[in-house]
Amino acid sequence: MAETLLFNALREAIDEEMGRDDTVFVLGEDVGVYGGSYKVTKDLYNKYGELRVLDTPIAENSFTGMAVGAAMTGLRPIIEGMNMGFLLLAFNQIANNAGMLRYTSGGNYKIPMVIRGPGGVGRQLGAEHSQRLEAYFQAVPGLKIVACSTPYNAKGLLKAAIRDDNPVLFFEHVLLYNLKEDLPNHEYVVPLDKAEIVRPGKDVTILTYSRMRHHVTQAVKGLEKKGLDPEVIDLISLKPLDFDTIGASIKKTHRVIIVEECMKTGGIGAEIIASINDRYFDELDAPVVRLSSQDIPTPYNGKLETLTIVQPKQIEAAVENMVALKV
Amino acid sequence: MVQERTLPQFHAPAAQIAPEEGLRLYEDMILGRFFEDKCAEMYYRGKMFGFVHLYNGQEAVSSGVIKSLRSDDYVCSTYRDHVHALSAGVPAKNVMAELFGKETGCSKGRGGSMHLFSSEHNMLGGFAFIGEGIPVALGAAFQSRYRRDALGDSSADQVTACFFGDGTTNNGQFFECLNMAALWKLPILFVVENNKWAIGMAHERATSQPEIYKKAAVFGMPGVEVDGMDVMAVREVAQQAVARARAGEGPTLIEALTYRFRGHSLADPDELRSKAEKEAWLARDPIKRFEGYLLEQNLADEGTLKEVRDRIQTRIDDALTFAEESPEPSPDDLYKYIFADE
Repeated sequence: MAETLLFNALREAIDEEMGRDDTVFVLGEDVGVYGGSYKVTKDLYNKYGELRVLDTPIAENSFTGMAVGAAMTGLRPIIEGMNMGFLLLAFNQIANNAGMLRYTSGGNYKIPMVIRGPGGVGRQLGAEHSQRLEAYFQAVPGLKIVACSTPYNAKGLLKAAIRDDNPVLFFEHVLLYNLKEDLPNHEYVVPLDKAEIVRPGKDVTILTYSRMRHHVTQAVKGLEKKGLDPEVIDLISLKPLDFDTIGASIKKTHRVIIVEECMKTGGIGAEIIASINDRYFDELDAPVVRLSSQDIPTPYNGKLETLTIVQPKQIEAAVENMVALKV
Repeated sequence: MVQERTLPQFHAPAAQIAPEEGLRLYEDMILGRFFEDKCAEMYYRGKMFGFVHLYNGQEAVSSGVIKSLRSDDYVCSTYRDHVHALSAGVPAKNVMAELFGKETGCSKGRGGSMHLFSSEHNMLGGFAFIGEGIPVALGAAFQSRYRRDALGDSSADQVTACFFGDGTTNNGQFFECLNMAALWKLPILFVVENNKWAIGMAHERATSQPEIYKKAAVFGMPGVEVDGMDVMAVREVAQQAVARARAGEGPTLIEALTYRFRGHSLADPDELRSKAEKEAWLARDPIKRFEGYLLEQNLADEGTLKEVRDRIQTRIDDALTFAEESPEPSPDDLYKYIFADE
């Protein structure tokens, strides 16, 4: 076991996969000589050379399309979005080409590519650098969307994403890069399509992902002291959703709270609620509650920013209310 | 009528071409022309749907460039992609079946006119949005260089030909990709088919520098203009550009001055282009011109050319029968091809 920071876990995943498969390469802004804005590609340029760790000009839509073309012709690109917000500039290539081209081409081409980088609300980075984008991409056919949350799953999921033959949007969270965890010394891969049961419980199912997992974990400490026993599930895969795990939990607890960092309108939680209504309505003892961030551009002011995203106390209160059936 | 540019002079007799090579080019141009004429007929008879953009008039560009490539080179096209696909070797029957939305189409009936793909023929696609194919083509070219220089595969000398129109050259992806291609010396040909009009927007009204080939200079890239109605001229510049790309000397921007003989798509009333302009360009029909050249140079006689036309007409008729008789995709396969591992 070796104590590893999350950004280093990601770096190890990339390094191991580049060593294992020479068609894997990294491209993006400042990924090479600079080593990545969050040092996820530190020193890989020296190890693998300038073509395999390719510093691109600031041209997001074009270098994303270039990765699509490289993937169509047999390479396995990993794009680093210096900030995932910049992907808005590449939306056409991600949606029309990475996402849809396999279908539109009648299966002529596959697009094995990973688009990864920091997303989420950081500390007073302002609206454009504090985006909650996962829901924007949710409706695009052909994309897989994954959010990592711990050093362990970050490494194992990124390795799985690199080996996947489909385009994977891989969300990291800007405030989680320095999380530490002991990682196994042996190689491991974490499947992309399985949710993770963070804490088994019986009173209520809490569905969450990315940084909100850690807010939920904080809230659970308070709830445990009050004698409550929530089940916490980290969704991991935001598309497709793992309804095997979600459904099994609902059949056990009959109550669901969704805690997400994305915006409420058209969010991941909105989709989950609709799907739960379709599949498990009869299992529910109470309407599903969702705690989402506010439908506003992330404000710069620290107090307003705190109000924008869900805080542990709110989660605690929501669980207590629900268990008391005061939903 | 917009001010016409003086077409660059090219003296074809100076170019060497074997009779069989001349006939190969002629056959490819005839294939493109006859195929598109059949598409118009089928569209107006309600057999073909969606937006259909025909290539009539521009055949010298597709044939001149793509027939200068090897079969393992790559071709990337736009929404006006039927003839590029045909030149790249995608069988006419599979292109026609695609336009009929059939399972036997080159995109299994899922793509349609603007989304022709064939991995077997390294046809990277028809891309329907302006400019979006250029980065994809750049990626294929990067892949060739990656295999050669990062993986040490000396046989990886494939070249990518990327086609797009004059309107696209005002889009950021054009400039971004020219920059990266020159920066990394990628084996790619940027082929602008300047047909003077982006639907109803005249080229001169959309751009501050109408001479597109000159835009290569700021990237330190060779830029050449060529008479896009003369297949021998297009072939000559394409061969030079392919040789440079294959030798690792980087990209070339080719501006082929050409004209579409029909509207932007079959849904376009084509009211803005003047009669005088259309007549002036129709008089330069690249197929008639090349027929004249083949005859003058004694590379073929009338009988041989007629034989080619008859053979192609039969192929088009067979393609039509094939398309009409082919099955539609099964409703059970509605979700097939979303993900690669399903």
